[in-house]
Amino acid sequence: MSFPEYIILIPIVFAVAILFGAPARFSAILAAALDAVAGLMMASRFDTDAVAVNTAPSQFATAHEILSHPKLSLSFGIDGISLVLVLLTVLVTLAAVLASPAESKIKGGPRLWYISLLLIAAGALGAFCSTDLFFFYAFHELALIPTFLMIGRFSHNTENRVRTAWTVTIYLAVGSLILLAGLIALFFAAGGQSFAMEHLYEHVTTGDGIPAEKQNGIYLTLLIGFGILVSLFPFHSWAPAAYADAPAPVSMLHSGVLKKFGLYGLIRVATPLLPEGAAHWQHLLLALLLGNILLLGLVTIAQRRFDYLLGYSSVMHMGYVFLGIASGNSIGLQGAVLLMFAHGVSIALLFALTGALRERAGSVLEFETVGGGLARHYPALGLLFGFAVFASVGLPGFANFAAELLVFFGGFKPFAADAAAGMKPLQWATVLALWGVVISAVYMLRAYRRLFKGERSEHAVALHKEAADLTWIERLPALLLLVPLMLTGFVPGLLLRFIAPAVEGFTAFLGK
Amino acid sequence: MDANDIAWCLLLFPLISAATILLGAKRWPGLSAVLSTGSALVAFGLGVAFLRLGEGAEVRSYPWIDLGEDLFRATIGLKIDPLSQGMMIVVTGVGALVHLFSLGYMREDAGKARYFAGLSLFMFSMTGIVLADNFAMMFVFWELVGVSSYILIGHWYEKNSAADAAKKAFLVNRIGDFGFMIGILLVWVLTGSIYFDQIAAAAGGVKNASLLNVAVLLVFCGAVGKSAQLPLHVWLPDAMEGPTPVSALIHAATMVAAGVYMLARVSFLVGTAEMAAHTIAWVGALTALAAALMATQQNDIKRILAYSTLSQLGYMIMAQGVAGGSDAGMFHLFTHAWFKALLFLGSGAVIHACHHEQDIWKMGGLRQKMPITFWTFAAGTAALIAVPLTSGFWSKEAILEAAHEDGMHLIYAVGILVAFLTPFYMTRLFVVAFLGKPRTDHAGHAHEVTPVMWAPLAILAVMAVFSAYSPIAHTLEARGHADFGHLHFGLTFWLSLAGLVAGVLGAVKLYRGVDADPVNIPVFARKFWLDEIYLFLVRVFQDFVGMILDAIDRYVVDPVFVRFPALCAMGGGYLLRLFQVGNLQGYAWLFGAGVVALVWLLIS
Repeated sequence: MSFPEYIILIPIVFAVAILFGAPARFSAILAAALDAVAGLMMASRFDTDAVAVNTAPSQFATAHEILSHPKLSLSFGIDGISLVLVLLTVLVTLAAVLASPAESKIKGGPRLWYISLLLIAAGALGAFCSTDLFFFYAFHELALIPTFLMIGRFSHNTENRVRTAWTVTIYLAVGSLILLAGLIALFFAAGGQSFAMEHLYEHVTTGDGIPAEKQNGIYLTLLIGFGILVSLFPFHSWAPAAYADAPAPVSMLHSGVLKKFGLYGLIRVATPLLPEGAAHWQHLLLALLLGNILLLGLVTIAQRRFDYLLGYSSVMHMGYVFLGIASGNSIGLQGAVLLMFAHGVSIALLFALTGALRERAGSVLEFETVGGGLARHYPALGLLFGFAVFASVGLPGFANFAAELLVFFGGFKPFAADAAAGMKPLQWATVLALWGVVISAVYMLRAYRRLFKGERSEHAVALHKEAADLTWIERLPALLLLVPLMLTGFVPGLLLRFIAPAVEGFTAFLGK
Repeated sequence: MDANDIAWCLLLFPLISAATILLGAKRWPGLSAVLSTGSALVAFGLGVAFLRLGEGAEVRSYPWIDLGEDLFRATIGLKIDPLSQGMMIVVTGVGALVHLFSLGYMREDAGKARYFAGLSLFMFSMTGIVLADNFAMMFVFWELVGVSSYILIGHWYEKNSAADAAKKAFLVNRIGDFGFMIGILLVWVLTGSIYFDQIAAAAGGVKNASLLNVAVLLVFCGAVGKSAQLPLHVWLPDAMEGPTPVSALIHAATMVAAGVYMLARVSFLVGTAEMAAHTIAWVGALTALAAALMATQQNDIKRILAYSTLSQLGYMIMAQGVAGGSDAGMFHLFTHAWFKALLFLGSGAVIHACHHEQDIWKMGGLRQKMPITFWTFAAGTAALIAVPLTSGFWSKEAILEAAHEDGMHLIYAVGILVAFLTPFYMTRLFVVAFLGKPRTDHAGHAHEVTPVMWAPLAILAVMAVFSAYSPIAHTLEARGHADFGHLHFGLTFWLSLAGLVAGVLGAVKLYRGVDADPVNIPVFARKFWLDEIYLFLVRVFQDFVGMILDAIDRYVVDPVFVRFPALCAMGGGYLLRLFQVGNLQGYAWLFGAGVVALVWLLIS
């Protein structure tokens, strides 16, 4: 057994234990804590000097063959990119479990609640650690089912929760289906002999690669499939509704972690195996990501409910990760990976705090009714919210800023390499994306102002008079997310030292 | 302590103070205040030590983002040169005095700990800007001063006006930073570096002059935001919602001067981009003029000072665009910092004594009630209106001379015009608030502030008048006026003197002994309606467009791209059920068939 296997197995084992009667909350916290320790241990043993042969994750590798022809095996491996995502997952999982209510407060089955959370985590971890295309896909599917259950059963929006759950699940299934088609096509185009990533990469480097005309079709399919899962414009509108209705821990895990699967897939699978396809569709991707940043940014401003605003903001920020991926160079890609971590942690933090706010202000967080001067009633909540807000708008000191900075420099890198060439679409897109930094500050600060600052309405005074500020148990998940976010903001090298070699290997691979 | 220790302690002490307060000391507001003030005093000591360091002293840098030399590297590196040394004295000196003054001013405040944490955070951020040796680091601290300004403007966050002003300040600055960031990226493209030294070495070799001009203008956008130049000046008057010591330190002496400092830092770039330099000079000149005009019709004592700050910042920015004017601009920054901080703290003492009354028409007669405040305020006013031989006189003269020598006659004319307006509005303020008889009970019952508040005023009064004679001023103005100290009876001297006399006499004649403003010019009083125009633009281009896009998102994008595919998938299952195969196998069959069809399409 190796680290990845332990990390995936721990939540599954504890989920089964809860099913058979182990105390739900306690077991889930224990599982998440053990997983976090295992993740950190894996990071400490990670060899940052190891040079990958090709871009297949090769550390802590294990494989159990299931089929020999075509070669299919349950295989795991880690490189710098997947390591960072594993760290993100264990961190957010621990926070999500801690942010969950006590068993007695969960109506509809506390066991199901905690089992679902653990399985979402296991699915995400499996997807990030898999080095086999089939299991990479299958683990992600595993995580979707408990998400569906959680929304359908535990949503605070009791009227529409089943409908929301169905729409989201069916739509994501459609996305997965498109993705599956793309992956199968990719499998056949890359020889049809093996699902192992290293063999796919090998086929591209040593063989003739995949013909360009096939690349274009497959890449587009993958882009749409992954794009639906990441809420790429215009396939995004499932996300805000889902995050507004889902219980806070599910929103944390889904927007913080699971959504990163699609981005990871683009980086891990689509871009290296289909470089010509990626180049061919670069302009389309730039147009769509600007849709995320500018159009949806303005849509975010127009929201009247804070929960929807957060959902849209999470969708909007995906545009910056896409921008880093679209740049295709080392600076931009490192920025993209760091931003996946930073965004995951910061949006989870915001959803965790929103959950706490919901307990005090009711399930529908409309600005009109909830707000005004809440910082007076809840100083600790207001302070932590302030931190989360400024992390989200990309203030220096949080990892979000360092990541976005790299993405922007990545966007200008080709121009810097050849200043005579003039501004290309990538640079124009970067410039326009920078305007999104203004937009995100507008909606986040407006929201913060309307909820926590200013005069209090009579309604707000009456509503919040009795309620208490955050308890230490409630502060714990927030601090758990905030501290790493600031640590990696002050010292981005903590994560970049893992990301850099992986991305360097990756760009070297692309250069071949 | 060697140079390295001094520079790093200078940067880190305020951060440690802010962090300590946040992490626990906030339970004891008194302790927090002492911690913060202590760190500011130590910082001033370090600032003096820093001043004595030789240029180019060895300082270790800290690798913040390091992707390797050839890719991208952004370090926290500290620059020691006369520019940063002189500026550091302003920041730590005014900072320390403002901390002291705050001990008295904020003694009773419920949010005292938060206030002092904010001040310390500001000191940290501002020090970072001053010491930055590269654009990335400068941008980092640039944003951090933005957030500390946000915290301090919104200190009394339960007031709607304060909460709005804080938000406005941050957002308007963000607009400037949008340009700033693109400018940094373009400078990187053109010179291959974000380090000032390397940019300076490479700047001469840049061939693409038009792109260089664009880059400099975009970098200048950052200064337009931070130094509140037209058209992004609107946040600064509103920022007066913050406690008055904050206005003195941040919105008069230091942070708003950061734009000027940044331009001086890259003056070699501005010098190579002629078109950009002209634009900079014009933006500064127009800001100086427009703000002075607006100042003539304000009634809030702090707002008058705020518009005056805008106007003086306009002078400094103007100097940055004039060939050879960069040092003169920094010189004015230096002298202005002291006398404007003094004026703000003086107004704070007045407001404090008059029970938070800020309308000058409800004051009057304070000369007898608050003699120390009166005389120190008079000293500050004298420097601001450039009474000959005061520090403000020398630095303003230097700027106007530079414009004159550069042959920018129109700009010079605008500068002279402002020199007529400044004495006018300051005399108006002075006469109405301090002379005559008290107009209200609050003003009648005002009494002198405590020593912890008037002592800083006294120190600042000395600096206000004499700072130009200190050796530090010459650190900043290394190249500038070799004939400093000798009155030069040229055109500029006579014109400014005429402005001074005309402005003072005009204001005294108009405002002595009146109880209401005899002059009424709505266009100045309402600030050219710029706030209203911006509000309209925001409503249309942001809120209205956002609403339309939201509707499109809801009623077009969602049904077409999300609900329709989802419905098709569900409908497929439903159809199968009609054929009585709506079981698991049926779904699996449909699923498989769909996938096979797509794959066939893709690989055939």
